[in-house]
Amino acid sequence: MNPSAQKVPSVKTLQINGKDVSAREDQTLLDVARENGVFIPTLCNLDGLTPIGACRLCLVEVKGARRLLPACITQIQDNMEVFTETETLVKYRKMILELLFAERNHVCSVCVSNGHCELQAMAQKLGLDHIRYPYLYPKLAVDASHDRFAVDHNRCILCQRCVRVCDEIEGAHTWDVQGRGTASLVITDLNQPWGTSESCTSCGKCVQVCPTGTLFEKGRASGEMTKREFLPYLTLMREERV
Amino acid sequence: MTPEELQKIADTELEAKQKGGHTLCVCMAAGCVSTQSDKVKESLQQAIEKHGLKETCKVKGVGCMGLCMAGPLVAVEQTGALYQMVTPQDADEIVKNLGKPPVKRLECDTTQPFFTRQKKIVLENSGIVDAERIEEYIAAKGYEALLEALTSMNPAEVTEQVSKSGLRGRGGAGFPTGLKWGTVAKARGERKFVICNGDEGDPGAFMDRSVLESDPHRVLEGMAIAGYAVGASQGYIYVRAEYPLAVKRLKDAIKQAERHGLLGHNIFGTTFSFNIEVRLGAGAFVCGEETALIASVEGKRGQPRPRPPFPAERGLWDCPTLINNVETFANIPPIIRNGGEWFAGIGTEKGKGTKVFALAGAVKNTGLIEVPMGISLREIIFEIGGGIPDGKKFKAVQTGGPSGGCIPEQFLEMAVDYDSLAKVGSIMGSGGMIVMDETSCMVDVAKFFMEFCMTESCGKCVPCRVGTKQMHELLTKITGGTATAGDLAMLEELCDVVKNTSLCGLGMTAPNPVVSTLRYFRDEYMAHINDRRCPAGVCKIGKEQLATV
Repeated sequence: MNPSAQKVPSVKTLQINGKDVSAREDQTLLDVARENGVFIPTLCNLDGLTPIGACRLCLVEVKGARRLLPACITQIQDNMEVFTETETLVKYRKMILELLFAERNHVCSVCVSNGHCELQAMAQKLGLDHIRYPYLYPKLAVDASHDRFAVDHNRCILCQRCVRVCDEIEGAHTWDVQGRGTASLVITDLNQPWGTSESCTSCGKCVQVCPTGTLFEKGRASGEMTKREFLPYLTLMREERV
Repeated sequence: MTPEELQKIADTELEAKQKGGHTLCVCMAAGCVSTQSDKVKESLQQAIEKHGLKETCKVKGVGCMGLCMAGPLVAVEQTGALYQMVTPQDADEIVKNLGKPPVKRLECDTTQPFFTRQKKIVLENSGIVDAERIEEYIAAKGYEALLEALTSMNPAEVTEQVSKSGLRGRGGAGFPTGLKWGTVAKARGERKFVICNGDEGDPGAFMDRSVLESDPHRVLEGMAIAGYAVGASQGYIYVRAEYPLAVKRLKDAIKQAERHGLLGHNIFGTTFSFNIEVRLGAGAFVCGEETALIASVEGKRGQPRPRPPFPAERGLWDCPTLINNVETFANIPPIIRNGGEWFAGIGTEKGKGTKVFALAGAVKNTGLIEVPMGISLREIIFEIGGGIPDGKKFKAVQTGGPSGGCIPEQFLEMAVDYDSLAKVGSIMGSGGMIVMDETSCMVDVAKFFMEFCMTESCGKCVPCRVGTKQMHELLTKITGGTATAGDLAMLEELCDVVKNTSLCGLGMTAPNPVVSTLRYFRDEYMAHINDRRCPAGVCKIGKEQLATV
């Protein structure tokens, strides 16, 4: 066999919600679903960053699999039968969103990202109209020590996009997570005020990838914080240079 | 080290033993040390000197003898006499009576079922050899299995013996060990690693600690054999830092093995090299999960990642990695020495060999036991364990720690193995066994384990992070007597979502204690909710709370 032929990924066929589709073997279920116009909800996932399968919204049913699988990280396989909109999945997604809303203080009307928030949009899209779980209302501080940006932990859903973009794209690794369980917090450097961080390059990538109003530009009033999509362009440019 | 040198060490050691005189074995595992067995050892040494018996008698520290509730334990090697609850003041009397019938006042009955009903494979040297001297391990056939594997078997034959033995992972999930070894052996990679998981975190479990403290060389030997079988030359032992004694003995053991050429380059003159390093856990329960453990060894935050890819294919630094539990590795040397078929002859159809359990809670003989698979729960609790103290009534036994479940009285006759425990809603787990009597409130027990899971959740995935917190709040409400039937329904719904959507084993199994207590003790939940009372009298349901309802 020609050795170079081994490196080219082969094309497989699979079924998503009963529809036959084809895909390269190195693609994830999420990629293939999107290509074929099948909606799978995601929050922690962002094209251009390493998927971590943390938010569990993209879980899908795969025939023969013992468990539900996260579409963002699951590689396709030949003849896979995937279901993305079963009754169980719809129920679980709503419950996971409810848990997120109940965890911290997601009060949209006074949030800088009102109207531009991925969590809010997801709730609307999935038809979540009320939260049955008691709100936990933790008391969390706001760090506004940075010249241009601020972090409001009350809005954070711990998707770790900021951690990943800072590490993988900017290469600074200013952000990380401290604590565990519901006490987890995204921190800058070794939990120093963001404004005093020596590793932060103030590039603002973390602010742009934040799905909620956790990271925002100073001076924005409620509903004024909009985001730019820069990652797809960056990823594309980097790929072409290789 | 040559085979002849190994034999010589064993012979010298055995010769010294046959010289006559008496050897007093003092338990120096963490349980007995906590009741001052180190002071007892000192006093015995002084007493021997005082009575001028220095030439014929000696004192040595040994590993765990099992019956922890009766510590400190002292055994006389030559006569088999066992003394319990020894204090430094008793030393004189014990030494004076050497060679005479044992001191009645302190004697521990070794014919009781606790000792006679056990079958020791993993713990065969525990309480017999001095864990701090490699020579004693070698005299007890130590490193013979490694010699045999390296000199007369090829790696595939080693794996075949392990497969034949039917050994399943002793860490909890029970994955067939031979299959795992075969997978790692097959996986492609320039470098491969062997990791020993000693991050024992279940409340009430101390099997791995005892093995590491009592017989550390056995684990090293098992790992080296595994390294040979899968093609790895580097091993890591991940031990929690809360086990300082185990860590110290392990580090000393590694040094001794290296000095004797039993670890390091060209072991027994073959081309096989194997090194082992100790890595300390920093107190996170989730680091017992294999992908989180690997992240932690790499120096990263201990968080699990989705599988596949499994560590066998992509593990430590993306290299194929074999991860087994301490007890699994401890089973390897006897399997290689005696053959896989010998091991497969012990236990039941689906559970081979023995299992070490840490017996704790409302049972007379708390301690460490090793029993063949297939023994019934009743035998373990009422014969070996001696039953429930103070004439109280048995209520349930909890196996598998926070990932397991509570088993009620109706299943006491059940044979203990992986499948039967799973059938009744619990798991084998790593071997923690907590017995509960009628004074335990099952809702309170469920709340205890849920609090554990909540505080140990790493916080990466949403259902485990927030779901366990919400479940804990609901259980607090129930035990506080302020819950409604709606709360119970919500609790059950949360159990379902957390179990089915969590990222790793911690979240997937976190609802188990609640699910199993709801299954067998639903009436207790209902009493808290409908009648606002705790049948066991544990939960404090006050009048003021009733008024607010």
